[in-house]
Amino acid sequence: MTGPVRVTPCPDGPLLVRGADVVTDEDGTDHPVTRPVVALCVCGKSGRRPWCDDTHRSIRRST
Amino acid sequence: MELPTPRGPVSAHVVHALRSGDAFEPAVAASADVLGDDAQVALWVLLQLHYRDFDDAARDAEWDVGAVALRQTLAESFVDRLRGLVTERVALARDAADDVPGQVMAMIGAADGPSLAAYLHREATREQVLSFLRQRSLYALKESDAHSFVLPRVHGSVKVALAELQYDEYGAGRPDRLHAGMYAEALVAAGLDPRYGRYVDEVAGPVLAVDNLISVLALQRRTRAASLGQLAAFEATSSLPSRRIAAGIERVGLPRAVAAYFDEHVEADAAHEQIALRAVCGALVAAEPELADDVLFGAAAYLELDERSAVHLLARWRDDEVVEAAS
Ligand code: FES
Ligand SMILES: [Fe+2]
Ligand SMILES: [Fe+2]
Repeated sequence: MTGPVRVTPCPDGPLLVRGADVVTDEDGTDHPVTRPVVALCVCGKSGRRPWCDDTHRSIRRST
Repeated sequence: MELPTPRGPVSAHVVHALRSGDAFEPAVAASADVLGDDAQVALWVLLQLHYRDFDDAARDAEWDVGAVALRQTLAESFVDRLRGLVTERVALARDAADDVPGQVMAMIGAADGPSLAAYLHREATREQVLSFLRQRSLYALKESDAHSFVLPRVHGSVKVALAELQYDEYGAGRPDRLHAGMYAEALVAAGLDPRYGRYVDEVAGPVLAVDNLISVLALQRRTRAASLGQLAAFEATSSLPSRRIAAGIERVGLPRAVAAYFDEHVEADAAHEQIALRAVCGALVAAEPELADDVLFGAAAYLELDERSAVHLLARWRDDEVVEAAS
């Protein structure tokens, strides 16, 4: 993809990222981006990291 | 596809008119229970004219004046009936937050119906999982098509966000990732028939009602905001359930390829939820605040009918088990 990468934080949720080709996680593993906009997990609890899988919602409910 | 088997006088009239070419009589709908199977089959057939052909219809009736009049009689009484059923959901959401994304999420959080996904995850038999796949097929084999009718009716950043979401539903440039196509592949992998409309005769009335709501709201310009509220409620109740359904599919020993469609929706709908709530509904209401109530109505009507369909299917499946246990 060409053009700038845009990052939009969602309150109590993931970061929406547009325009990225690859996301590199904390272990240095590259995850190719295959959709026009991806949701990156910021709560750390996703079972599909680096992607958000909506687990953040169960966390919020139980606190 | 073939015309379905009628379930009462209204659907019998619609099927007869299409098959024979005789005129439609909008008055036949007057006394029908609009949430009943008969009216929902009739409405479903009339709505399909905008998506697909019936192989056994005598003519193309998409814009036949009588067909449109009958469809609107049914559609309007359906929407009126739903307005009466969701006043509490809407009032609760309105009080819970001051922005539309927060209100829709509060409405979802307050919904306390039974979880079909939890049952599929832990308890369903293999035959019940297959039955679920057939019930879901009417919507999923034309997944997202309804909301493409809304695109020309919204503007600016709302149109951009809806197009972005739809592009992902339509495979993001890769035909093998077209969601409706992935569902057809899931059906084939499960040994089922992937042709659209193939299972309509066994689809329960409350499940037809969900599919009809989605089409009715999307096909009328005046309910465009309700359609987008419906979309947001759908996307925001998909990621976590999709994970459970995929796990249930594996538990009963169906091939991995059957679960792939649901796996895709874990990640896709975690992103679509945010887009639909914020960039679509939030932005729509920021630009046109008078549409806020319509957005909430669409979300509430979807949650109401989705809950009714879950209650219905769970009761049906639990009855199966009682029968099996007794035999
Ligand atoms: S932010 Fe959604 S699962 Fe972590
Ligand atoms: Fe999808
Ligand atoms: Fe989606």
